Amino acid sequence: MPETNVARGVAEPAPRVEYELQLYYWMKLIRAFEERVSRLHRQNKILGGVYSGAGQEAIVTGICAPLHDGDFVAPLHRDMGVFIMRGVDPGRLMAQLMGKGTGLSRGKDSFLHGGDLEHGVFGSTSMLGSSLPVAVGAALKFKMKKNPNVAVAFFGEGAASRGDVHEAMNFAGVHKLRVVFVCENNRYAYSTPLEKQMAIEDVADRAVAYGFKGYVCSGNDLLAVLELSERLIAKTRAGEGPVLIECKTYRYRGHSEHDAALYRDKEELIEWQSRDPIPRFEFYLEKKGHEIKSIREQIDERVNKTVQAAVDFAESSPLPESQEALEDIYAPPGASTSTNTHGTSSNGSG
Amino acid sequence: MEVTYIKAINSALHEEMRRDENVFVMGEDVADLGGAFKATEGLLDAFGEERVIDTPISEALIVGAGIGAAVLGMRPVVEMQFADFISCAFDQIVNMAATLRYRHGGKAACPLVIRAPSGAGVHGALFHSQNPEAWFTRVPGLKVVAPATPYDAKGILKSAIRDGNPVVYFEHKRLYRSIKEDLPEGDFTVPIGVAEIRKEGGDLSIITYGGTLGQSLDAARIVEKEDGLAVEVLDLRTLLPLDREAILATARKTGKVLVVHEDRLTGGIGGEVSAIIMENAFEFLDGPVRRVAAADAHVAFSPPLEDFILPSTNKIVDAIRSLAAY
Repeated sequence: MPETNVARGVAEPAPRVEYELQLYYWMKLIRAFEERVSRLHRQNKILGGVYSGAGQEAIVTGICAPLHDGDFVAPLHRDMGVFIMRGVDPGRLMAQLMGKGTGLSRGKDSFLHGGDLEHGVFGSTSMLGSSLPVAVGAALKFKMKKNPNVAVAFFGEGAASRGDVHEAMNFAGVHKLRVVFVCENNRYAYSTPLEKQMAIEDVADRAVAYGFKGYVCSGNDLLAVLELSERLIAKTRAGEGPVLIECKTYRYRGHSEHDAALYRDKEELIEWQSRDPIPRFEFYLEKKGHEIKSIREQIDERVNKTVQAAVDFAESSPLPESQEALEDIYAPPGASTSTNTHGTSSNGSG
Repeated sequence: MEVTYIKAINSALHEEMRRDENVFVMGEDVADLGGAFKATEGLLDAFGEERVIDTPISEALIVGAGIGAAVLGMRPVVEMQFADFISCAFDQIVNMAATLRYRHGGKAACPLVIRAPSGAGVHGALFHSQNPEAWFTRVPGLKVVAPATPYDAKGILKSAIRDGNPVVYFEHKRLYRSIKEDLPEGDFTVPIGVAEIRKEGGDLSIITYGGTLGQSLDAARIVEKEDGLAVEVLDLRTLLPLDREAILATARKTGKVLVVHEDRLTGGIGGEVSAIIMENAFEFLDGPVRRVAAADAHVAFSPPLEDFILPSTNKIVDAIRSLAAY
């Protein structure tokens, strides 16, 4: 049931135009941030694993764009863009990657395991797919408390093979929870190609087994993602139950920066790069009558400034003090919500 | 009023759900059936299906969804139908819940209780007899408790529900209906992280918890009567964090320590308790720290096999006599 994007008329109201330009800015910012991170990693300024989402920006942009404050998002390890879309300060994000004390996890974990619940972003673990039951629990709370929020859980087609994913979708279906499952199908689980991961082509086909609908779109086409996300998130928010959106895509870089991805065909990469979401959206904007060259220049300037400011902030931030290793292990007495302050209790007493 | 261990758990759940509307329970067969052991009996009628949730057989989901609700301010009490099944939720507990606050820079809390009916001696065989506490007692970010009396079962469960951290709550199945205690009316809690002296004595200390407290007290009474030995019995109650002060105080007082638990010998809490004593009270010792624990086997089904594997009052008596004579 692949859904095609709806042709949009040029005579749209001004707010929509602003919105589309904002989406373009976000995709450009996420791409620039990703590219800068890869460069910083080569310069040894970022240690540890870096899992680039370059090539997959349209998915996080399109899915997060219609979200509201209070919605709960569990990104996967490649979804730097989710943090940016949810309003997390890019400087703190960059500081996180550099292990600085000002990063989201205050130096405790690398890359995207640091979450920011104030912005509704839940930090994942390396056990892919394990955030799906958590997102389901968030949606359970929304149901119990009658909050008009949705939980969004991103996962890859690789994680789709894990039992957590099955357990989460099954339960969400039983209770008709407001969960939007988003599968970023980039065809490779590290080196293992899709055909060795599953006997079907579309992960979305599984949704029907859990009692809800699955949709497939091109994850490299922002308009296609947006057409599904705006419509389906609204339906889920209205209480029509969970939904699975599968976005077909491709990662440009290896599984991590250490991976040259020699298991992939060069031709395949070129083919997918020709479907890059950013020029594709530029083409659309141009056809709608925008002066794309000047828009691109303006936006590039903004984006570069933002990324540079993030790098400057991160580089000038201090590393954590050694003894902070024992902080934030336990919540101190009285702590109960997502916004309590740093605990210094390390022995768990109380 | 005299109540059983299982009733103490049940009344803690009723009272906490009444006290705080953010408390809810979730697990396999907890609603209509009231739990395989009736720990959640009556909750469905009292609080409705929104707060008393039957789940499919999905342990990872049960814990994971508990985590998701907990980080948004709820206080879920999730049940593993048998502690043996907790292995299916291991990743959610040790990787997802335990690291949650750490990886969110201290700006998240996970007030989640995972109830786990554990223990042997009920002919449960390999997969209904396990004592898996030591899988969790070395995981920072978790708290692990193992109450041995109805009073503690109720008071510690209330503390666990009010705690801001994930707490794994091991309740011993053999104790459910075998022990009773007069409990005070009204609200009371028992602090997590504090051990309790159950019997004073100056000749030798037993450090134990959970299912072997009763056997240890029986053994202490036997040697007191037959050998004139005054044995002190310390009930750990919390296994993470350990009450190091209480452990060291009794070790320094008697100079001879026997650690008793129903969990297996190798890698059990006894090793850690012993190391704490060796490192901090070595000069007070008059003999080696010894352990009585389950044999390093799976908990077998057939009675002669199960009896051979598990600790017993007689085995504890023998160990006391041997250590006292050292």
